[in-house]
Order: sequence, then structure tokens, then C-alpha cells
Amino acid sequence: MKDHAQLSETFNEDEPRVNWHDETLWFVRQKRDKAAHGIPEWEQLRETASQIKNNVLSNLSEYLVQFEEQAKQNGITVHWAADAAEHNKIVYGILQQNGVQQMVKSKSMLTEECHLNEYLKEQGIDVTDTDLGERIVQLAEEPPSHIVLPCIHWKKEEIGVLFHKHLGTPEGNADPQLLTHAARLNLREFFLTRRVALTGVNFAIAETGEFVVCTNEGNADMGAHLADVHIACMGMEKIIPERKHLGVFLRLLARSATGQPVTTYSSHFKKPARNQEIHIVIVDNGRSKQLGRADFRNSLKCIRCAACFNTCPVYRRSGGHSYHTAIAGPIGSILAPNLDMKQYADLPFASTLCGSCSNVCPVKIDIHEQLYKWRQVLVQEGYAPAAKTAAMKGMGFTLSNPGAFNVAGKAGRWVVKNVPFLVNNRFNAWYKQRDMPEAPKESFTEWYKKNKAE
Amino acid sequence: MRVALFIPCYVNQFYPQVAIATLQLLEKLGVTVQYPVNQTCCGQPMANSGFEHLAQGCNTLFIKNFSGFDYIVCPSGSCTLHIKDHLHDEHQEGKAQEIRTRVYELTEFLTDVLHVTKLDAKFPYRVGMHQSCHGQRGLHLSQMTELVEKPFSKPLQLLQMVEGVELVELDRKDECCGFGGTFCVAEEAVSVKMGKDRVADHIKQGAEYITAADMSCLMHLEGILKRQKSSVQVKHIAEILNGEGV
Amino acid sequence: MSSRENILAAVKSNQPAFVGAPVIPHFAQGEINLVEKYGTVLSGIGGKLYLVETHNQVLDILQTDFFGPAKRVVSNLGYLSAMAESYTSDANPHSFKNVDLFVVESRLAVAENGAVWVTDQEIPQRALPFITQHLAAIVHKNDIVATMHDAYDKIANFDYGFATFIAGPSKTADIEQSLVLGAHGARTMTVFVVG
Repeated sequence: MKDHAQLSETFNEDEPRVNWHDETLWFVRQKRDKAAHGIPEWEQLRETASQIKNNVLSNLSEYLVQFEEQAKQNGITVHWAADAAEHNKIVYGILQQNGVQQMVKSKSMLTEECHLNEYLKEQGIDVTDTDLGERIVQLAEEPPSHIVLPCIHWKKEEIGVLFHKHLGTPEGNADPQLLTHAARLNLREFFLTRRVALTGVNFAIAETGEFVVCTNEGNADMGAHLADVHIACMGMEKIIPERKHLGVFLRLLARSATGQPVTTYSSHFKKPARNQEIHIVIVDNGRSKQLGRADFRNSLKCIRCAACFNTCPVYRRSGGHSYHTAIAGPIGSILAPNLDMKQYADLPFASTLCGSCSNVCPVKIDIHEQLYKWRQVLVQEGYAPAAKTAAMKGMGFTLSNPGAFNVAGKAGRWVVKNVPFLVNNRFNAWYKQRDMPEAPKESFTEWYKKNKAE
Repeated sequence: MRVALFIPCYVNQFYPQVAIATLQLLEKLGVTVQYPVNQTCCGQPMANSGFEHLAQGCNTLFIKNFSGFDYIVCPSGSCTLHIKDHLHDEHQEGKAQEIRTRVYELTEFLTDVLHVTKLDAKFPYRVGMHQSCHGQRGLHLSQMTELVEKPFSKPLQLLQMVEGVELVELDRKDECCGFGGTFCVAEEAVSVKMGKDRVADHIKQGAEYITAADMSCLMHLEGILKRQKSSVQVKHIAEILNGEGV
Repeated sequence: MSSRENILAAVKSNQPAFVGAPVIPHFAQGEINLVEKYGTVLSGIGGKLYLVETHNQVLDILQTDFFGPAKRVVSNLGYLSAMAESYTSDANPHSFKNVDLFVVESRLAVAENGAVWVTDQEIPQRALPFITQHLAAIVHKNDIVATMHDAYDKIANFDYGFATFIAGPSKTADIEQSLVLGAHGARTMTVFVVG
């Protein structure tokens, strides 16, 4: 399997496309900046959100029980899934109970994480994604490349071709207005004929047992209110203590995500409508384990705004698929190794540790510090290539021995040969697209000894 | 005040002029500087690669070289940050802790400790300031565009004291250049692309020189500029502040 | 043990030491004209604002803006009965699939983001504000608050089955970040501020 470096090398073969991808996402980062700078108390809001989430993590077992109790009182059925497989089975079970073969689904990164669509397809269930971006990648038989903007890697002309094939839009037409309208008309038929709708959950409130789903398109509401059965799937970290805390999170979420003051719809589902059922599936899938990792538990504070994606100079230039996991970007790189260290050992290294991700994070997750810490863990657990380990050992020895370092330096600049980014030959990755600095006639230490030392 | 000069390993080997400029600048400002000649490296190349445990020898050596000084000054935000965040030694944690609080990046030492208000320097060129991430986001040498906070910049504050410097305004004020230590070879494609984009921004604004408080970023950008046969050059901020014309 | 017990036990043993929830600070917004701010934000997110004195003006404006013989207008507001059909909570939501305009009163709007708040008290048919082609909301100017904190102060203890903040028309920018109004929900949103 290809790693992040290889996949992004492929992505970078088409430089104009990389420029386009980078600029499109930078535009989103700029919209976020503008929205954030319109709120003088922004940093205090982030701090408050972070503290609320700290409270949630420290009291999660109680909040989960409280949430379940309240939700049940509200007439909602609550299910618990230890892992992705159990989650998928629960959803399938609800479909079977209702004798249903078809379902509409609004965006849920959790179901991407659990590979629900693939599983249901194997069971003969027809799932229709209704978020426009998700619909596009579904028709293209691809996973989303971004958690908020699933098809941000697609050009409108390509979507025009896709929609011409699947929705019969005029050939050669790539007008976003026309394409969106075609999807609207097409998906209305699905909303009106599907008896089960699945949505994600943005926030679940322990105090009241209600949950909140945020969309701009209105697809979650269209699905849920027109179906007989609404299934809402949530990672267990989505809990917040009280309804009033939504004031903090809803101020931050859309501004961080797209620069909007709030999403068009922030729908609070508390009780099923007449003749309707609501099921909530609470999913662990590694979260309780991550909660036990003191250095990494803060990653569970994430509210999935994707601000860290949009600001990440590496994400913008490598594309979401280079992360080969459901949740890409910097946050994905600290979540994925928890699920599988071997498979995702490359991701914490797909960063320059520039720290921009931590600065935009609305709940102040120390993302770049966790990337650094994951590197240490992965090496300790034996997921570093042998050659790298050997090189590092050699470097560690020379750099702790000034005699060796200075002799090596004099003899031909030890660093030139050994610090990996400085090896000057045509096989070295540095030299492929960059020149080397010219070697000076003496090192600073040599100069100093000659000119300054008493 | 006892001040030690801490020079990054690659600056020592490749850019001695940056270390000389740092030393001369500090001496011009009346500081007596000592350079512990047995210094090698802060250990960051290992640590950032996940081999923090192999940096212990470097840490012990660092403590041996730099204990007992009032200030340790380094012309690199990245190496300074590494020491501040990661210098530990279970046998002499007290000394490690003392060093962590006494290590300063050059520009912050000039503005916050020496309170420099004027410099005898001239550099009549259009200059683009590259904000190195570790100095900026790690040491807070400058305000960061992500935050809703009052703007400030210690390096720019100093550059404005240099006669003739014309600072260019970048489209992306503080985007990472893509060096990232071993990232620059492990993720060569993205690293180079990031560097090319940074360089293009400076060139678009008409910069003749790109400066920074970190030579590692500049080495990466210089590598790209040279490969592109560009006339734009890089210069460490110490060289400009030291008043070396070109 | 069931998954529920397993999960809760794992969470309990792995969660860090308890830290309390913070007090949400009071973020004073200074002297702002809430109606003006609301209008500016609403137009920024693609909505349309009318300032009116009376409910009769609402009727006049809607009849002008949404003129046409084949239009299906739905509302339970008495003062719109000249143009709108009323509905009941037990209707099949699918029966609203060809509604052109739905009009609803809201008791709470938020200046900082242009949203109006509606609960199943105002929308006994949850699907209506989404399935309609066009949405109009009527809110009294005294019911506009500055921020979401103020909004939740008002609704913190409110009981409802379903409630939603609606801020402008349904929209998407999924295709190359080009903003398109009218994704799956209402294609336009008109807000009347009364008083």
C-alpha cells in the first residue's frame, strides 16, 4: 500500500491542479479568518469551548448515561456499538426490522469511518448520499477527500461529465448552479420515497437527551422529516453537557468551517414526530482507548469543522486521499494511529509541525504537538523503517561527541554526509528539485578558534 | 551578564557567516559573548523524526556546554524552541530546566532583553520577511494570522531600524515554507511545492532578498531559488541587522 | 457484558480526573442596533429583509413578491388566510411536496448570524420549512437578540420535540466553492421584522 509521501508525489504530478486545490482551500481559510476576526471575543470563545470539552472528557461515562436516560424518556431508542462492525450491524438490523431495502443518508463522517455504505451494499441495501458533495463522490465511487467539502478535489467540468452520465444534465455544461439544481430535483425523489433516513450528529446534549444536526443544504432535515425512521449515528465524544453550551459551539463551528456565521440549519431533535421512530447509535470504535492515552485524548474534543485541513499547507498540496483514511488532514493524522498504528504510521510524519492547525482549532486541540508525540510512540512501538533507525543511531552518536563531530566536520563536513536532508548526490531527495548550499572554506567553529579563542 | 552563543549544527557547517554576523552584532551591542566550542547540535533532527530517546547524548552535551550562563542566544527559532520544549536530563533536570528558561532566539533577545531601539545598519533593498513557524508559532516572535490578537513582530520591529530596508507585503504572511526537518526529504514532493509557492509569493511582491530568523527555511528556499536560477537571494536576519551591505 | 456496559466501563476507567465545566463568560456586544445588524447579516447569507409595521403589510408584500395563480402557499397565520391554506399536525408530510411558499412566525431571531428559531409549536409539521420552495418568517423586533448565547439563555429550559435555527436559504458550495442558493431546502428566505 502506498504511503502519504508516495500518494502526494502522484498528486503533485499535475502542478496546475495542485495550485487550484491549494487556492480553493486557502480561500476557505481566508473566509474563516474574516469570520473569526469579526468576533472580538474569538480567542475567549475557543478557550471556553476547549474547557467545556475538557469537562466532557473527564465526565464522559456519566454524561453518556445521562444522555441515554433523557433520550429514552423522550421516546428515542438508544443503541451502543463497540466498534464499526457492531455499528453497521445495528443499522442493518433497524432496516431489516422495518423491511426496508433503501435509505437516504446525510453526511456522517462516522459512517465513513465505519465503512457503512460498503457494508450495506453487500447486504443488498441501496444507500443514497444526499449531501451534494457526498453524492458526487458516491456517483464517482470514491471516498470523500475532505470532511466538510467532500468533493473539493473535483473540478466542476468533471462534475459536469459525471452528472451528464448519471443525471442527464446537458453535455459540456459545468455551471455549478445548473448542476446543483439537477441534484436537487433528482434527490427530491429519493427524499420522498425513502422510509429510512440516516444522519450524523454534531452535538448530543446530556441534560436533555436531544441531538443537533447542522447542515447548509437542508438534506438532513429533508431526509429525517420525510422518513418513518430516523437513525442518528454518533461517536460518543459528541456529547456536551447542557443546551446552553450550544451557544459556544454553534458560534465557532460554521465560522471555523466555512466562514459562515452559522450553518443554514441547526436542527435540534428531541422527540420523534408522530408516527415516527428515532434511533441513536452511540459508537466507541477506539474512542475509549484514545481517551486512555493521556497525550492524545484531546483529539476527542474535535467538532469536525475541518479548519485544520484548510489551513494545513501539506493537506492543501497533497489532497485528502493521500491520507488514505476516512478523516484526512492534521486531525485525521492524530486520530488514525489510534485505530491502527501500522497502517497509519506514515500520517504523523505528513506534517512540517508548523502549528497552524492548532491555532485555527476552535476547541484548541494541540494537534501539532500530538503529531510530534505520535512520532515518538510509533518509533518506540517499532514502526520506523530499519534504515532510518540505523541512520538516527549514527547521528545520535556523532552529535553527542564533539570530537567526532568536529573531526567529521573538518574532514568533509560530516553533516553533509549524514544529516539526511543534506546528502548531496543525485539520488537524494533534496537534490531532485533543490540546489545545495555551497560549502564554505571553514566552519564557524574553525573560524572562531582561529579568530576569537584566547 | 554571561552570554553564550548557541549555533545550529548546519549553520556552523554551511553558513558560518550567519554565526559570525550574530557574534559581531551582539558584540556591537556591548555584549560579551562566549562560544562553547564543543557544541554540536540540539538534537532536533532525531527528536522530530520520532527518535527523541536517541537525543539524550545531545541533551547531556548541551547541558555540559551551556550551564551557568545568564543567557543562551541562538540565531534560530527552531533550535531555540527545541531546547525550550524538549531539553531534559533525568540526572540533572534542574540544570536542564535552567537552560530551558534562559535560551533566547536572537531577535527576541535583542528586543526583549537588550531592548534595542536603534541599529547602525543599512540594507537598501526590497526585502521579504519569511516567518519561520517554530519562531513564530512556537516562540511567538510575531503574531500569527490565525489568531484574533493584536499584531506585533519582533523581527520586523528590528528590520525597521535598518536604513533603506523596504519590506514587501506578502499574500500569505505566515505560511510554512515546507522545510520541516526530515520532512524535506521524506515528503519531497510536498516540501518542494510548498517552498516553490513561498518563493513565488516573495518574487511576486518584488522582493530582492528573502530574510528569516531561521537559516533552515532559507536553505530550503535558497535551494529552490538557485535551481530556478533566480536572482533573488536569501539572507539571515542577523546579517542584515549586523549592517553588512552586499 | 453488553457493549453498553463494556463501553461505559472502558470510558470510566480511561477518562481523566474530573474537571468542572467553565462558566460561559458574558460577552458584551456594546451598543448595537439589533435590527440593523440582523438585516446586514441576513442579506450577507442570501436572505431578504422587510421592516414592517403591521401584519397586513406582510400580506401585501407576500402577495406582490409571490404573485401567481398556481402558487401553493401554506401557513397557519390567521392574517395570511387570504392567500394561504392552513394545515394540521396530522397531515402526511409528503403532501407538502409541491408547496411554493411557507410562512411561519418566529419568537426569536439572532442578529449575529441572521437565524430565526422555530419549534414544533410554530411548525407542527417539521418538514414544511425545508420542503417548501420559498420560506418566509415573521419576527417581532423585540425578539431579536445579539448572540447565540442570548438565544440559548432564552430557550435553555424550553421543551420541544423538534426545533431549529434557520439562517437564510438552503445553500451549498460543494462544487468548487461556488456558492449556490437552493440546495435541498428552501431556495429563498424572506424575513419580516415587525414593529
